Amino acid sequence: MELFNPNANINFMGWRKASLAISCLLMILSAGVIFVRGLDYGLDFTGGALVEVIYQEPAEVADVRSALTAAGFENPVVQSLGGTREFAIRFAPREDEAAADGAESGATQAAHNRIANDVLSALKAGRSDVAIKRSEFVGPQVGEELRTDGLIAVIVVALGIAVYLWIRFEWRFAVAAVASEMHDALLTLGIFALTQREFDLPALAAVLSVVGYSINDKIVVFDRVREIFRSTRKAEPIEVLNRSINSTMSRTIMTGVTTALAVGTLYFLGGPVLENFGLIMLIGIFIGILSSVFFANPILLLLGVSKKDLMPVTREDPELARRP
Amino acid sequence: MNDFPRWKYWLVALVILAGLIYSLPNIFLQEPAVQVSANRGATIDDALREQVQGVLETAKLPFESIKVEGERLMVRVETLDLQNKAADTIKTAFAEKGDGDKYVVALNLASTVPGWLRAIGANAMPLGLDLQGGVSFLMQVDQKSVLEAQELRYVGDIQSTLREKGIRAKSVGRGTQGLIVQLRSDEDRAAAFSAISAATTELELENGPVVGDAYTLIARIKRERLVAIAQNTIKQNVATLRNRINAIGVAEPVIQQQGDSRIVVELPGLQDTTEAKKILGATATLEYRAVDENTNAMEAQRTGQVPPDSRLYRHRDGTPIVLKKRVIVTGDELVDASSAPDPQSGEPSVSITLNAAGGRKMLDFTRENVGRRMATVYIERIPETKIVDGKEVTVPKITEEVINAATIRGVFSNKFQTTGIGSMKEASDLALFLRAGSLAAPVDIVEERVIGPSLGQDNIRTAIHAVLISLLLVIVFVAIYYKLFGLIADFALLLNLILLVAILSLFQATLTLPGIAGIVLTLGMAIDANVLICERIREEIRNGATPLAAIRGGYDKAWATILDANVTHLIAAFGLMAFGSGPLRGFAITLAIGILTSMFTAVTVTRALVQGTLGRRKLKSLSV
Repeated sequence: MELFNPNANINFMGWRKASLAISCLLMILSAGVIFVRGLDYGLDFTGGALVEVIYQEPAEVADVRSALTAAGFENPVVQSLGGTREFAIRFAPREDEAAADGAESGATQAAHNRIANDVLSALKAGRSDVAIKRSEFVGPQVGEELRTDGLIAVIVVALGIAVYLWIRFEWRFAVAAVASEMHDALLTLGIFALTQREFDLPALAAVLSVVGYSINDKIVVFDRVREIFRSTRKAEPIEVLNRSINSTMSRTIMTGVTTALAVGTLYFLGGPVLENFGLIMLIGIFIGILSSVFFANPILLLLGVSKKDLMPVTREDPELARRP
Repeated sequence: MNDFPRWKYWLVALVILAGLIYSLPNIFLQEPAVQVSANRGATIDDALREQVQGVLETAKLPFESIKVEGERLMVRVETLDLQNKAADTIKTAFAEKGDGDKYVVALNLASTVPGWLRAIGANAMPLGLDLQGGVSFLMQVDQKSVLEAQELRYVGDIQSTLREKGIRAKSVGRGTQGLIVQLRSDEDRAAAFSAISAATTELELENGPVVGDAYTLIARIKRERLVAIAQNTIKQNVATLRNRINAIGVAEPVIQQQGDSRIVVELPGLQDTTEAKKILGATATLEYRAVDENTNAMEAQRTGQVPPDSRLYRHRDGTPIVLKKRVIVTGDELVDASSAPDPQSGEPSVSITLNAAGGRKMLDFTRENVGRRMATVYIERIPETKIVDGKEVTVPKITEEVINAATIRGVFSNKFQTTGIGSMKEASDLALFLRAGSLAAPVDIVEERVIGPSLGQDNIRTAIHAVLISLLLVIVFVAIYYKLFGLIADFALLLNLILLVAILSLFQATLTLPGIAGIVLTLGMAIDANVLICERIREEIRNGATPLAAIRGGYDKAWATILDANVTHLIAAFGLMAFGSGPLRGFAITLAIGILTSMFTAVTVTRALVQGTLGRRKLKSLSV
């Protein structure tokens, strides 16, 4: 069984100008979407409070809201969690709180700390069949730190991979890989921003995993590029890249499908916590495959990859040394 | 083809066996249980077992077993509902007998792993809060206020040093750059410089600008001292929290330092945060009191008769001691306590520093009391809200413990040492309590999560379904696509899951939802190595290689790619590990271990299988 004709010789590099242009356009669009619409950061990143409650008998969002307003809560955001029995109640961190520090924040935090119990007693005043399913409170500075740490993590990972590729391959490969990592992360976030889903901690983990996954795709093709350059006497870069992409295409699709099967299960069956992780991975796998073909390799060509840059210093590569 | 040495078969067999054994405990589901442990002075024995059994039988609550396990009594029950009822019943029974403080009754999950597995160190992975329900707090220690207190203490020290030397300062105070001493002349400044540097090595001195007739001297706390202060603060907070946590009644609390100024507190099984917050927010103080040597403590405990100016206290182990009511020095006056071996005798000792006011009081007291004993009382106040006549009234619940009683060997003022402590460990504990009672840093809760028990159960159910279904999908797909080689890859994938679980269990890594996401992602991506190998073998065959040569060529050529791909993937996982907090770390650790195990299973194990099944046959074609 074949998913991709092994003898195909599609001239991917022939479309490089168009594909690079489209990729760059998509990157700009993604950046624009992220800038304009913004990511809907979850509680983990913004700070604030969330209380999820469960009723034994069906209830109305409006009832929940009015019970809270009656108890003196300002602007509670009440959402139904699919169904008529479970609701999420959110409170944004107040502006003055982010600025306050020292003794002051101690007082406001103490106020926040009471939220879960206060919500419960406010709701119980109306109906007694309610219970707390889950509640979270995140202080504003914790959320802030998480965002910075997440950004640092992405940058450190990208640089680490670049250094490794520089050592194992050559600087052109490192540059192409890092450029396409940024491309993948940006496009994934852009599509995610379009969906207006909440960007939470699992989502951040997923973005980093997309980077990890898509780099594997690039490595497989780059490895083949190196191999073909080294083993053919007259190696035309365009032809080498085309051959590399074509001969690894089966693997690219196959691994894409198995990983998509796994993370797709998380999206469809993993429950609310892992849903976002699954979705971002699904988007990322698709983008990663496209960028391996249409973005990373054209960049490699653009940077002027050639046979002489890849010839091993003698005896460096045991694989070649073993050959007669 | 003998390029697969025999010892590798043995290695593969051994790893499979170890993997099976150490992942096995995870199929034994934990049972809800009620745990009773002793608090102070109480013991867990068969008498207690019979008492609890009687209580449950009278209340007609069914239970599966009731056993003394080490230091605790475990009552196993069938459902979560019964667990709650049983715990409440036992608690009420203790309270009615007046034993409420003697025992801690907590909800727990009891392991059902057979003894022989536990004997070889095979245990199930502990479940994270998101999978078993409970409360977690992230607490921020206010380092700034500790630093302020320390600066104030140095201000006091400098003032008294200058007074002793007869140097008159215009002012001593805290500035943005450090402590600022203003003097009247250059000579005074030089004298102050040498006096302060002789008195302490913890300050860095520097001449500041001359403003009008004020000659300034700037003193900064040395860097290593600042680091030590910060570390001490957090350690002491972790220690005091650990000391208090028993009172909350949670079976397996987790208290960990996170970063420089944060503490994570996880309380599995707990739902109501009110009580926990009260206890975590308790404040501690210290009091130095004279021991009443004229009253026999045992006698006083028995009869309840104590002289009017004295009171009966208890040591941490419960033995009684009678102390005078008059307080010599309080914790507010203690500025530092640290443990170190005594320079002369080498015995464990704790050095204590008081501020100037405390030093004077101590001097007055010790002058008249050499040869008598002095005790240190550690006091904790837990604010409790009670409804009195329809109004909320906050009444602190106070616990007092004597943490040390030592004989006064000579007259001293603000610096003294306590010796005669059993071990260095006890000395450092004592120093910790002394600091906790004096330099307590304000602690704020900056993050709080509550996960209901039913949500935990839902999470674990959906997560396990997701793992199994994704595994099944991948296995079926790969088997259809690569036929025999696909089946071999499937075997490797299953083994990868087993090894991953075995290693996580062996390290007792906590299983959380993000961790499960890591497992699923590993399952999806681990097959990549096999895909690379199989595709290479297909290519070799298309290029006209014989079946065995194709296998060898496929494995050899794919290896470099597999290595590169896995190393870069590992870099990504390590990045997450280094910068991610709690949940992200769990995900990254699972991912990293999964990458490592997959390299072994996907390459070495499949090679062994291929060699073992096909290596000695004459093959015309390959099923790939």
